[in-house]
Amino acid sequence: MAARKAPDLPNVSKDELLKYYREMLLIRRFEEKAGQLYGMGLIGGFCHLYIGQEAVVVGLEAAASEGDKRVTSYRDHGHMLACGMDPKGVMAELTGREGGYSKGKGGSMHMFSKEKHFYGGHGIVGAQVPIGAGLAFSDMYKGTDRVTFTYFGDGAANQGQVYETYNMAELWNLPVVFVIENNQYAMGTSVKRSTKSPTLWQRGAAYGIEGEAVDGMDVLAVKAAGERAVAHCRAGNGPYILEVMTYRYRGHSMSDPAKYRTREEVQKMRDERDPIEHVRDLLLTGNHATDDDLKAIDRDIKAVVNEAAEFSKESPEPDLSELWTDIYADVAPQDA
Amino acid sequence: MATEILMPALSPTMEEGTLAKWLVKEGDAVKSGQILAEIETDKATMEFEAVDEGTIGKLLVAEGTQGVKVNAPIALLLAEGEDASAAAAPASGPASVPAQPKAEETAQKTDAPRTEGKPTSAVEQAPHPAKAADTTPDWPEGTQMKSMTVREALREAMAEEMTRDDSVFLMGEEVGEYQGAYKISQGLLDQFGPKRVIDTPITEHGFAGIAVGAAFGGLRPIVEFMTFNFAMQAIDQIINSAAKTLYMSGGQMGAPMVFRGPNGAAARVGAQHSQDYAAWYAQIPGLKVAMPYSAADAKGLLKTAIRDPNPVIFLENEILYGRSFDVPVLEDFTVPFGKAKIWREGSDVTLVSFGIGMAHALEAADKLAAEGISAEVIDLRTLRPIDYDTVIASVQKTNRCVTVEEGFPVGSIGNHLSAYIMENAFDWLDAPVINCAGKDVPMPYAANLEKLALVTSDEVVAAVKKVTYR
Repeated sequence: MAARKAPDLPNVSKDELLKYYREMLLIRRFEEKAGQLYGMGLIGGFCHLYIGQEAVVVGLEAAASEGDKRVTSYRDHGHMLACGMDPKGVMAELTGREGGYSKGKGGSMHMFSKEKHFYGGHGIVGAQVPIGAGLAFSDMYKGTDRVTFTYFGDGAANQGQVYETYNMAELWNLPVVFVIENNQYAMGTSVKRSTKSPTLWQRGAAYGIEGEAVDGMDVLAVKAAGERAVAHCRAGNGPYILEVMTYRYRGHSMSDPAKYRTREEVQKMRDERDPIEHVRDLLLTGNHATDDDLKAIDRDIKAVVNEAAEFSKESPEPDLSELWTDIYADVAPQDA
Repeated sequence: MATEILMPALSPTMEEGTLAKWLVKEGDAVKSGQILAEIETDKATMEFEAVDEGTIGKLLVAEGTQGVKVNAPIALLLAEGEDASAAAAPASGPASVPAQPKAEETAQKTDAPRTEGKPTSAVEQAPHPAKAADTTPDWPEGTQMKSMTVREALREAMAEEMTRDDSVFLMGEEVGEYQGAYKISQGLLDQFGPKRVIDTPITEHGFAGIAVGAAFGGLRPIVEFMTFNFAMQAIDQIINSAAKTLYMSGGQMGAPMVFRGPNGAAARVGAQHSQDYAAWYAQIPGLKVAMPYSAADAKGLLKTAIRDPNPVIFLENEILYGRSFDVPVLEDFTVPFGKAKIWREGSDVTLVSFGIGMAHALEAADKLAAEGISAEVIDLRTLRPIDYDTVIASVQKTNRCVTVEEGFPVGSIGNHLSAYIMENAFDWLDAPVINCAGKDVPMPYAANLEKLALVTSDEVVAAVKKVTYR
């Protein structure tokens, strides 16, 4: 990716830019806080942070409409915040508390919101891909024009079920946007070490699926590509693939020493391509906001995140009786 | 007020570590995300990043220090406007409450008492002594009956449920235009059209996952596997996605759907096409598992399965497809899950079986009757839930039990029942429970060897003679 060039003031409103700034900053600060709580032992197990990739979900959510669905992998905190789930409920799930979205029974990797049409949070690499196509299938079956965003990483892009899904999604014309979040490392294995294909999105061509690569550090570019993808699906043209080129600043999970890349590589990306700094520059250069305005937003976000962290510590652990609930449904939750 | 920076836990198991190297010094301004130090854990050397911005007021732990406990303060961070004097009088405690040490938490969880009224064993248990078994008949006396094959019964069940509920659809390999590899879906494409009877490519993992997504989205998929041997390609979606989501979502979302198809040995198809998966699926909380023997049960249980709001594994049998049984002629005939059927009453021994094992058990009961031994024969019909009450009540009457199934012997349904009977009816037993099962070998192709690998009625007869000491 090239060095960040001076922003050329795109045709975007002040309100829109402020919205993206706020949403991306919320994810960044939330994840930093989650990392801190993990360090304190309040969050257990695996915890995969989204820092660096914020423009991907914020840009695509800007292209979504009410009723559209989304499903993703275990690196899911950003997706949940971007689709409007409550930071308190997400953080309390990370700490395994009663106030979490899954009552503390799912954890970082397994969270859902029926209300926000967020279908997980899946811990098995690639498993969410056919599920996303199935959600799109349900909309087509019911005759709605809703679209499902199905997120997966460059690592999952080598799983067989992804290609089984591509084949059926195109065969059945399913309204699904496959979003490959290419952060360039599948845990510790770089894309170059896992495939000879120069791009991941072009693999869709073998099944007749259109797609494109997108600069995932530029929220406006992501949003524009998202709008093209959604229009394609809503018009009944079947699936679409977006390969969003992004970068995660942190390790694969909290316990990743990240020896597979240099500190300089990470620092260069932070210095030159940071998606939040990019919008900040646009706001300041376009005279949409002053330094003080942005500081005020920073303070607001910090307060929201601190409130979520406090809630996640104060919410009690689930009652012991919860061990035995939600194993079987008497009525399908979808019908309730 | 200065903020204490605490020694972080950098892996799920870390309790202490070595502060290998400081990458900042006192007086440095730091930004959130900046790397402060390198810390050696039990597994690796990790970089430790700042969460808040500020100025490093004081480094409290020198680099190279070993055995630094998680959550011990290692540095002080000054906020904007504070000077180093604040560092001299740090806040009285860490900025946030440290978590319980992890080892202690684990111990607490292990020792946690169960909430009252909950089962006292790892499986849902019948109280001791057993509740009265539910012996209500499956249909009212005098109901008109008609003879029907298992194949026709399954087809009728799907057709009735698809007529009743628009959200039910069938997908699988060759279910539509080919009319079903085993003709179970014959005529359904004509009756319901291609929107609801969907031919898939040969791609079990993929279409099982798509069906799970469709169920999350509010539909009621029936997934036909051409045989359950092929469902092994899809088992991750069945177990990790379909069975566990209700629990992992705290009850917000689930997968109301049916996975069905022939299971177990057919005839002369060799090891990869001949396996009984009953015990595999019966082990998974979140799944329900039905395995009918007769045509009436095939119909009644499949209708119940399609209506159930949970994922159901429905195990059929190719050899049984063509067998005929009496089926009640009723407007809407269903069989509840978790209710066994007593096919034959007896007083000397209890035979417990399910699926095609019932054919061997019933044949054995005939042979035993000829020798003056009276066998009670129970068809479990569903393996999750299991009707323990009926089994225990029968064992309390006969004091002897032999289980019969086609699957592998290790970790079998019979093994589980033996343990359950021992725990709950030990004092009633006059002999050890014997499990008759398939042999502990991959299914051979040669006709004579295949016959040897499968459970037979003669083996059941021999087992009964052993437990009755004849």
